[in-house]
Amino acid sequence: MTALSSALLPSPLLAVTGLEQSFGGVMALAGVSFQVAEGLIYAVIGPNGAGKTTLFNALCGFYQPSAGSIRFADQELLGLPPHRIAARGIARTFQNLQLFFNMTVVENVMVGCHLRARTHLLAAALRLPWVQRQEQQLREWAIAALELCELADRAGQPAGSLPYGLMKRVEIARALAAKPRLLLLDEPAAGLNDTETMALRDLIGRIRANGVTVLLVEHHMPLVMGVSDRLLVLDYGSVLAEGAPADIQADPRVVAAYLGGAVNYAV
Amino acid sequence: MRLAGFYLFALGVALLPILFPDNYFVIVVGASAGLHVILAVGLNLLMGYAGQISLGHAAFFGMGAYASAILTTRFGWPSLLALAAGLLATGALAWLFARPILRLRGHYLAMATLGFGVIVHVILVQATQWTGGPDGLSGIPALNLLGWRVDGDEQWYGVIMAAMLLVVWLTLNLVDSQVGRALRAVHGSEFAAQMMGVDTGRAKTQVFVISALFAAFAGSLFAHQQAFVSPDSFNLTVSVELVTMVVLGGLASTFGAVCGAIALTLLQQGLVVFEDYEMLIHGALLMAVMIFMPQGLFVGLSQAARRVRHRLKRRQPLPST
Ligand SMILES: Nc1ncnc2c1ncn2[C@@H]1O[C@H](COP(=O)(O)OP(=O)(O)OP(=O)(O)O)[C@@H](O)[C@H]1O
Ligand SMILES: [Mg+2]
Repeated sequence: MTALSSALLPSPLLAVTGLEQSFGGVMALAGVSFQVAEGLIYAVIGPNGAGKTTLFNALCGFYQPSAGSIRFADQELLGLPPHRIAARGIARTFQNLQLFFNMTVVENVMVGCHLRARTHLLAAALRLPWVQRQEQQLREWAIAALELCELADRAGQPAGSLPYGLMKRVEIARALAAKPRLLLLDEPAAGLNDTETMALRDLIGRIRANGVTVLLVEHHMPLVMGVSDRLLVLDYGSVLAEGAPADIQADPRVVAAYLGGAVNYAV
Repeated sequence: MRLAGFYLFALGVALLPILFPDNYFVIVVGASAGLHVILAVGLNLLMGYAGQISLGHAAFFGMGAYASAILTTRFGWPSLLALAAGLLATGALAWLFARPILRLRGHYLAMATLGFGVIVHVILVQATQWTGGPDGLSGIPALNLLGWRVDGDEQWYGVIMAAMLLVVWLTLNLVDSQVGRALRAVHGSEFAAQMMGVDTGRAKTQVFVISALFAAFAGSLFAHQQAFVSPDSFNLTVSVELVTMVVLGGLASTFGAVCGAIALTLLQQGLVVFEDYEMLIHGALLMAVMIFMPQGLFVGLSQAARRVRHRLKRRQPLPST
């Protein structure tokens, strides 16, 4: 890229270069590089065990990759612990539900607002007046996130009492409550029925309309092809292809390695 | 109302000595139950809410007690100053140990806290020139609250109950705040809590220090109330008792811990005759609760009550939808 064009182009929100992560002998990420521009819905697809979840875990500081770099909003993330990375504006959901089952729905989402307000321990124990006002504010923020996810009527229920599909949506609400710049969704459609998947598609659209960049790992091809602006295909920890949905669907390597033609039923 | 249960509880505590004047059982056993409540509520913050086990909690209880005992008898410190110093020292030690200890999980954490409790007990027995060894320290002066010397069973009932209500109130506030939700999140899913921006190491350290402070506070009051301390009051049996109280009442419920502490105190009074079998009975109780009502008596019973109420409501004709 010439100096001129790089000066004109806005720098990407997320730039991953040469990321490597191995577990014993398994190279789960073998030098992965890609860039995500702000405001996009960027999908990461690939067969089981391709390294998608590992990529997410590395991005959010749960793993310590052995090589590479992760630049987010022009700052290096590598080496930061998860809570510091969250503070930079990254939130996520989990492939295996990680709800706080010991809390109600709204309390779960209020934990999502954790970084948007600071309560001092002593002030909380004494419940000073400003702590009460702050609680009210946190609750309002949480309810707003629940409304965006069409869950406001469930606010007071124990998180564990919801049907599976709604629990997954509570995770999205909780992540959104953090007001992230980048939202990582790990297989949000897994285990959902068709109606719920359609609702999820609408929800992802609303999230984008709110100005949040989305990184989406998903096996449900109609959803992926319908909603994403760009795709990254991983296979055995390496990038197999990267591009617009139409190009990916037409890429013979992708079809051969992963999709086995399945990509063609995209909507 | 958020604190309705608390006000009810406070009312009951205040009414007891009025309803039963000059009743040894209410006043003396009540004060002992009050100390147990402080200990159990603090331990429940750590175990029930943050999900971190401690089998050495009696150590912090003992450190508070011995700090008050040593500083007042050997150095002639005023009792309030000794209490504050005990809190400060115990809190500082808990803070130092919290990070390395709470990095451990499950059985390892249980073993480490168990070891901590044993070490503190051994020190209390062995450091004879400071602690008086196995015979303990006697002649601890009365608690002096800015000129008021706390003396007699009635006054002690008042002081301990006031301290207990303060601790319960602080705990209820804490649990239902951003700090408390972060703690419960650590228990629910530590990874998810981190991804929501919770510094889980810090959160665990904080709760460890708070529960140690509550225990040391109870220890100081205990030392002055008894005017005597010995290592036996702070051994492994006591740590197990405290865990039993928390589990008996129901983890992650402040009033559960309150009920567990009161129930076990009453049980101990009833079982004085079986003193030699105390540990056995605690063990059996712990096992029975774990098998038949793993959510604890208080939590289990209140859930059952809610189910009954729900079923009664269902009996009424359903509104047409
Ligand atoms: N914590 C771990 N320890 C050891 N091996 C791991 C670990 N996490 C992932 N792996 C391995 O790394 C590889 C990539 O796993 P990963 O979970 O990232 O796949 P994925 O693309 O998310 O698959 P799926 O679509 O099934 O979710 C697999 O071979 C997996 O067995
Ligand atoms: Mg995965």
